Amino acid sequence: MSPNFLIALRFLTAKKRAMLMSLSCIVLGVGLFIVTQATTSGFENFFIRTILGTNGAIRIDNKFQDTLGAMYAAGTDAGESSMIISNREGKKLIQGIDEPQLLINALRPFGNVSGISQVLTGSVVVESAFSEADAKVFGIALDDHVAVSDLEDQIVGGSLADYRVTPQGLLVGSILAERLRLEPGDSLTLQSRDQRRRYTVTTLFETGVGDIDEARIYMPIGEARSLLKQTSGASYLQIGLFDPDRAPYDALLMESTLAHSATSWQERERTWLEVFRALRLSSAITVSVFTLIAGLAMFNTLAMIVMEKTKDIAILRSMGFTREDVLRIFLWQAVIVLIIGALLGCLVGAGGTYAVSNMRVRIRGIFATDTFIVAWSMWHYVAAVTTAVVMVMMASVVPARRAARLEPGDVIRGTAQ
Amino acid sequence: MSTAYKQEVVLRCEGLHRYLGEGEGRVHVLRGVSFEAYRGNVYAIVGPSGCGKSTLLYQLGLLDRTDGGQIWLDGELMSNSGDAERTAARNRHIGFVFQFHFLMLEFTALENVMMPMRKAGRLTNEQMTQRARELLSSVGLGEKTHRLGTQLSGGEQQRVAVARALANEPSIILADEPTGNLDQKNSSIVFDLLTRLAKENGQAIVLVTHNNEIAKRCDYVRPMRDGEFLSPETGS
Repeated sequence: MSPNFLIALRFLTAKKRAMLMSLSCIVLGVGLFIVTQATTSGFENFFIRTILGTNGAIRIDNKFQDTLGAMYAAGTDAGESSMIISNREGKKLIQGIDEPQLLINALRPFGNVSGISQVLTGSVVVESAFSEADAKVFGIALDDHVAVSDLEDQIVGGSLADYRVTPQGLLVGSILAERLRLEPGDSLTLQSRDQRRRYTVTTLFETGVGDIDEARIYMPIGEARSLLKQTSGASYLQIGLFDPDRAPYDALLMESTLAHSATSWQERERTWLEVFRALRLSSAITVSVFTLIAGLAMFNTLAMIVMEKTKDIAILRSMGFTREDVLRIFLWQAVIVLIIGALLGCLVGAGGTYAVSNMRVRIRGIFATDTFIVAWSMWHYVAAVTTAVVMVMMASVVPARRAARLEPGDVIRGTAQ
Repeated sequence: MSTAYKQEVVLRCEGLHRYLGEGEGRVHVLRGVSFEAYRGNVYAIVGPSGCGKSTLLYQLGLLDRTDGGQIWLDGELMSNSGDAERTAARNRHIGFVFQFHFLMLEFTALENVMMPMRKAGRLTNEQMTQRARELLSSVGLGEKTHRLGTQLSGGEQQRVAVARALANEPSIILADEPTGNLDQKNSSIVFDLLTRLAKENGQAIVLVTHNNEIAKRCDYVRPMRDGEFLSPETGS
């Protein structure tokens, strides 16, 4: 054990109560930082999973005529260029997709695309034995849509197998079904323009997104074409990606290549993502107050020790301890408290995160959950510890440097300031 | 013993000047003081309070900067050296004993004595422990090595300080009123210890004292007044 460390340890244990204050603040600061980051990130990640599982990573819809066009780096094809200059200004939009199959074929070469589902949508009036409501039908090819969504995991009544084998079967959103008091096996009537057709509810789904669950009905795309009297085309293509984080880049590339509007999930859900980001940041700032207090407490404690130990510092200097040794002795004290505080804080953070993850809370609207959602990420711990290290060490440097600057002659003579 | 070492100068200073305070309160504390200390000899610097004897001692111990003059330690010019060199020289060549002992109270007597050795880093932990025990035994505290500073009497604390000053076998020991805070009996014990151990090892001792009895027992007495030595060195 180095003499500096040994002296730091003894100075520290002589000031137990004051150091405990700093230690508690570091533990609280680190622990709460981790818990708040785990919950806000947890909800954010869950929201992202939900939107990816319902609306996919990229949506391709309206065709446009690009007056300015897109520019690629010289000597490259559209799919290879890493430099694209695109301009959305001055585009003429044409609703929907005329030739979905052509677009699907053009999308196949994109390496990041994991699945494509063409969707035809239209408004209908739903009539059950109990009531009627406005809704939207979504014509899909089930297997294609399952490949680009979490529909399979969103079933809350009946089954997809029932849907597959039932002619005129429908998948109905849970809120809509509740409103119309529909159960799997019940009949309903869909009315579109001048048509009224009877269907059977085979399956109920719940995405957790209120807007979807209260108005969406899935049916086979062929049946949707017939009901909506749209013999060809599609409203949009829902694209699944292997790496959803690359969606903005892929969307830009698809838009340039296909001359159709392509929107990534990041662009589509920008508002909510910004809300989550702001929440995460504000909670981090709020709980960092504890770490700030820890820094101030450490400053106060070390400043007190420096005042009380001026004679010890002088005698150490007279024995041959350098200014750097004195600086280290005081910084070691901060480091020891920091290490203990950070370790305990991480344990408190992990325990708190686990406890919070078991708390019951019913949330519906932007996603569906009955418990707190937490994210377990090493980076929360790294960020919490880094914040504590920066604040506490910054606060410790001032008294440590003051101790190092003391002139032993002045202290012994009794004139040290 | 003193004769054998007489020719070996451990510490020398020439024309030392020191001012303290600022502005109108600035005082010329040392006025061109020159001094030599030989191995195996005990020097007493005496004089009234404020005459500059402690300031001289801190200058000689490289604890304070000079405003003029030169200091040689074991033949090496130290007055112009940087803080790192002066600090290393203190560890290697100088042992200090102060009036208020300045033990580190969170540490035991043994740990206090080991502290300069730990800094020097020349011995293993076992060797340091062994030497510290021997030194504490030689000052009569062999049975109290594991007592904290707070559990020792004033005389015992000062004896620990003497043992600590001798820990790195320095060539010179500088003592500022080493018996100033002790009763007559303890003063005598501490002074005898200090001089006996230092002379056994051929170390020079320079002590500042108000105690005439102690001064009379030193090899040389240098009276000071108003920042100057009054007369040439006088042997006792």
